[in-house]
Amino acid sequence: MTEITANISELNRKAQRKRNFQYSLFGRLLRNPGGIIGGTIILIFVIIGLFSDQLMPFDPIKNYPKERLQSPSLQHPAGTDEMGRDVYSRLMKGASNSMAIAFTSVAFAGIVGTILGAIAGYTGGAFDNLIMRLMDLIFSFPTMLLALAIATALGTGFLNTVIAISIVYLPIFSRTARSTVLQIREFEYVDAARCIGAKDARILFRHILPNALAPLIVQVSLGFSWAILTESSLSYLGLGTQPPNPSWGSMLSQARVMMELAPWLVIGPGLTIMLAVLGFNLLGDAVRDLMDPRLRSKGL
Amino acid sequence: MEFQIPDLALKNKFYPHSTRIMHFKNKILPQHYEKDFNAKIYTQKTPDNDSDTARHLDRHLPDHAHDPGDTISAMIGTQYQLTEAQAESLRAYYGLDKPLVTQYFNWIGNALQGNFGYSVRTGQPVMREIISRFPLTMEITILSIILGTLIGVAIGVLAAIYRGSFFDAIIRIFAMIGLATPSFWLGTMIIYVLSVHFKIMLNAGNYVSFSADPIGNLKQVISPVICMAFSFSASVMRTTRSSLLEEINKEYAQTARSKGNKERRVIFGHTLRNALIPVITLVGYQVGYLFGGVVIIEQVFALPGLGRLLLNGISQRDYALVQGSIVFIASIFVLVNLITDIAYGFADPRIRYD
Repeated sequence: MTEITANISELNRKAQRKRNFQYSLFGRLLRNPGGIIGGTIILIFVIIGLFSDQLMPFDPIKNYPKERLQSPSLQHPAGTDEMGRDVYSRLMKGASNSMAIAFTSVAFAGIVGTILGAIAGYTGGAFDNLIMRLMDLIFSFPTMLLALAIATALGTGFLNTVIAISIVYLPIFSRTARSTVLQIREFEYVDAARCIGAKDARILFRHILPNALAPLIVQVSLGFSWAILTESSLSYLGLGTQPPNPSWGSMLSQARVMMELAPWLVIGPGLTIMLAVLGFNLLGDAVRDLMDPRLRSKGL
Repeated sequence: MEFQIPDLALKNKFYPHSTRIMHFKNKILPQHYEKDFNAKIYTQKTPDNDSDTARHLDRHLPDHAHDPGDTISAMIGTQYQLTEAQAESLRAYYGLDKPLVTQYFNWIGNALQGNFGYSVRTGQPVMREIISRFPLTMEITILSIILGTLIGVAIGVLAAIYRGSFFDAIIRIFAMIGLATPSFWLGTMIIYVLSVHFKIMLNAGNYVSFSADPIGNLKQVISPVICMAFSFSASVMRTTRSSLLEEINKEYAQTARSKGNKERRVIFGHTLRNALIPVITLVGYQVGYLFGGVVIIEQVFALPGLGRLLLNGISQRDYALVQGSIVFIASIFVLVNLITDIAYGFADPRIRYD
């Protein structure tokens, strides 16, 4: 008898666990078609980016003059470029580059922007004014143009591109964090925490911020696609990743000259950018629908 | 050919450029070169055309050539072949050796009086360059806003009317693709398909202005406008669709329906106007995005607009030009945002500004 009850409770626990999973964020994401498709695309890109060195069939930088401008074949699924380099391998290396820049810049903008916005919203007063006017200043430039200007001022290279992209994205995070913190700091549990003698830093980072994360995660997931587009635009204009390191944008701009001769050089990188942005957009929309029902887009 | 220029006038940072060039050629260069200046230019070695071009160049460039650098360091290693000492004296001459703060306030003081300085490369006042390039950029932006809004709203309304149907699904997939397509790639593909497959060269030849040849101008402008309008109409469509879907389920729409109005009248007579308020917001705030996008699109189609001016300025390190164009575009952007806020008041009488 005890064995049976034990079994039943074990079954209940399993059913409960399954239900918990189904209602969890991840479980709901898995039942959202956009989330599934977007998540799969991004997962593939991330895996390729992480293991690009092992997955690449050819060296993306070394020249093979004998094999130049070959159209797509089994050996070179995306053809070869004017220096005989395998475009498929270069796209993989470019994925690693793009993903690294996108993740680093969104993480940087997210962390710095959230902390600045949260402190501004919590303390208020002069600091709040200073930070928010600074953010207004950044916001008063067209985004692409500001990224361009910062990249120009700082110069090219991985870190500079990351800084350019994240500065442009800073105001979005700080504004989101500030507005949420402004709402939450009026709640009673914040007063309660203050009554038992918690210091400001503890209240802000232990009690307020964890409850303000939902809209920020939404912004993070929406920010990736923009970061990828910006990086490829900067590289297209010659201000992002520098040759001979492959980047989707710079591959496109180099291939323009040979468009008539070798259209695959233009089509490959373009489709790759499109696919990556599409994946992040789908995932971002799905995360937004789940995390923040108020912002929910009807359909799509 | 000896020009006598008073030294005092040369200290002035904004002395006309032609005089500066003359001074550079006649006074500064002879001090530094024993040999003929022209001989220096033509005996410059070009690097071998091998795979190691980048590394090859590296060895010959001073260390700071990898920094963004100033105009003077852009001259090092190019036709002028300046030594460090010569570069230093040139920097002193152009006022580039002063502290950045001093340079900045010099610039801002002049900018406030409408003087953005002179382009180092062309010698023209920056403001004149900007004004001459601006109409094209404005034309592309405005045309793509109009085209994108018209298409986006029309398709968005259709998608909302036939919600849940196959047509709706197709439209939504196209919108997702439209949002994900980089405009510079779309532009490249348009050029490729038109020129290679249909033998139409819309953007060949020199740019003609609208006043000189309206048809020829529109021919050159149409493909960039389509590029910009493509992703723009996708976001307009999404906003139109979702806000119209929200509006047609509200009570006043139900009331209109229960009074016997046809669905068409409910949508076009009652709900569409309310549903367009978020679209106005979107259009207003996307203008800045489009402005940024035009910079790239002009590069793709080789159109001499503001963006190309800016990018050329960047690659030539013509900082007066770059600063001037960026400040100019940002001012336009802020102005457009202001206009958007005012336009709300007309679209939605509930919004009042005190």
